[in-house]
Amino acid sequence: MISVLWLIPVLPLAGFLLLALCGARLSRQQIAWVGCGSVGAAAVTTALVATDFFSLFPARESYQQTLWNWIDTSGMTVGISWYLDALSLLMVAVITGIGFLIHLYSAEYMAHDDDYARFFAYMNLFVAAMLTLVLADNLLLLYLGWEGVGLCSYLLIGFWYREPEYGTAAQKAFIVTRIGDTAFAIGLFILFTQFQTLSIQQVQSFAMEAWPVGSNLAMIVAALFLIGAVGKSAQLPLQVWLPDAMAGPTPVSALIHAATMVTAGVYLIARMHHLFELAPMVQEGIAVLGLVTLLLAATSALVQHDIKRVLAYSTMSQIGYMFLALGVGAWSAALFHFLTHSCFKALLFLAAGSVIHSLHHEQNIFKMGGLRRHLPWTFWTFLIGAAAMSGVPLITSGFYSKDWILWSVWSSPLSHRWIWFGALLGALLTGLYSFRLIFRVFFGEVRTQPTGESGLAMRLPLVVLAFLALTVGFLEMPHTLGHVTLFSQYLSHALPTTELLPGMDESSEAREQLAVTVAALLGIGLAALLFLPGSLFGARGTDQSTSHPSVTLLQGGWGFDRLYDRLFVQPWFAVTRNSSDMVDRGYEWLAVCAESCHGWLSHTQTGHVRWYAATIAVGTLMLLGLFAM
Amino acid sequence: MLSTPALVLAIMLFGLGLIGLLSRRNILYMLLSLEIMLNAAALAFIAGGARWGQVDGEIMFLFILTLAAAEVSVALGIVLQLSYRFRTLDADAFCEMKG
Repeated sequence: MISVLWLIPVLPLAGFLLLALCGARLSRQQIAWVGCGSVGAAAVTTALVATDFFSLFPARESYQQTLWNWIDTSGMTVGISWYLDALSLLMVAVITGIGFLIHLYSAEYMAHDDDYARFFAYMNLFVAAMLTLVLADNLLLLYLGWEGVGLCSYLLIGFWYREPEYGTAAQKAFIVTRIGDTAFAIGLFILFTQFQTLSIQQVQSFAMEAWPVGSNLAMIVAALFLIGAVGKSAQLPLQVWLPDAMAGPTPVSALIHAATMVTAGVYLIARMHHLFELAPMVQEGIAVLGLVTLLLAATSALVQHDIKRVLAYSTMSQIGYMFLALGVGAWSAALFHFLTHSCFKALLFLAAGSVIHSLHHEQNIFKMGGLRRHLPWTFWTFLIGAAAMSGVPLITSGFYSKDWILWSVWSSPLSHRWIWFGALLGALLTGLYSFRLIFRVFFGEVRTQPTGESGLAMRLPLVVLAFLALTVGFLEMPHTLGHVTLFSQYLSHALPTTELLPGMDESSEAREQLAVTVAALLGIGLAALLFLPGSLFGARGTDQSTSHPSVTLLQGGWGFDRLYDRLFVQPWFAVTRNSSDMVDRGYEWLAVCAESCHGWLSHTQTGHVRWYAATIAVGTLMLLGLFAM
Repeated sequence: MLSTPALVLAIMLFGLGLIGLLSRRNILYMLLSLEIMLNAAALAFIAGGARWGQVDGEIMFLFILTLAAAEVSVALGIVLQLSYRFRTLDADAFCEMKG
């Protein structure tokens, strides 16, 4: 059964083709069946492949499948070939599983949209592109998926294209990620000129032979790959597209944040980990970038008005944790946080969508409140999601993954103490902004009257995701709590184990865990103190017209948009405005030249046939004379 | 050289034809001059063939004869149309296509 691996990306692609070509002729119900069914079938196929993979490869090696040669010229052979190992299987399972739940949810959420078929066509293509990305055996096929994901994000962010702002947001996402893509492409060129192959496994084994640790080429290529990953995963300095990407429908945000797109960068770095291990400085850069992004995004999330923007900044922050883990060499911890994050972030987005849906597309949290009693399902699932994100100890998955990352940061030889303190501050802020959302939206008095709880197709994914957000964490538990290592064992063949400093024992781990727990609970307690209506400062925080300069700065995501506008956009406009005249003048001169020559020569066209005969005769004579000389 | 007088005659005929073509304004006379030039060229081929003892010259003559006949039949048709349209045979009157 493992040979049906190729079906996994092909099924959503077939769904896309069917919907794109004859979507107009299908009824809404048929569209929903095709759209959800293709991803659901991919999820079932993944389950079949996974069972086979576990029984055929007990040591979790890899399985390769080549379909045909895509490009075959002298010196370059690129195949359409898939590579399945523990890492890609994990990604595929998350993409198809969570992706299916999001599709199911969209079937009801988008039910009244005019472009029902177009929506599902794009969503299916998105899933297909992401599956191509994670299953690719060579970097060129990976790049195809990479670009496909970028294209689909553009199409879906600008899905409601009649609003000009949404179109601008879509273009921004496309252009900003394109900066990263260009760097990534240059990295591919360098690798190909060095090794004459693009196969991921070959490139890395050649690189380990040819390049010593810290060599210049390894540094350059790793840095270029990092820029590519940073663009897709919305990390500093290419993070500006993500908050604006909230323009798309809410299920799209869930898909982008949980299952596809932003995790592509994490996957790329994990997949190319041998290369990054050759460039320790770049790896340190990943950790620092992750830390700075997670703090910037967390502080920005604290002051947003829009419920989806809070979640967007929280995604940036959580991906920052993954980058931090990758940077300190805790590969499995990063992937574990990816797994738990995709469960609780999909849950949070879908629950937020449920809130928005019942409030007639109201997204401002200051106009919400008291929804606890009106939307009980949404409230409880949202609460579970927020608790998982803030890392409420013992019962939520977020606690186990975040604790693993922080423990790795504490004990890794590649890390520093101040990085750990920064990440701990981030954990506190996470609790604060998550529960600010809960207290604002679900407590207090009702400000906008909701229309009531949503239907089964929207509630079912919420319940399943809430269950996952609680239980996925039990796959990996620390020494102090049960010591379950299912997840790290599973990934042990695909990713290297995390190195620890000597002298790290259970007692220091317990102390570190206590600090993390206290930070998360402190954040939640602070949120209750500040934002819970009826609490000590709860009443004060309701004023939404705070316009203190620091608040405005945070709301704009630390002013990066304005900075880039000043640094790149405005100068570019200025340059085009001036130089266009100068360049044009050259071409205008050419046109004038041609025109005057034409006027001058057209005098010889007299229309007299005898004049033509005479010129022919004279011309012939001159030519003969020329030959005679 | 046997062929020299024939070549001289051909050059003279060609020159006469050219002068006639350039100086005459009646389109019929221009056609006549054109025929003279064609025949001068044909004569040069004959002379060349005789000089080298080859039949190629005569073959070219036959070609030119055929070409001249075809050309005259087309040209006379055009002349007929022109005289219908413009009611004149003056070549300088047909100058509507100037640049």
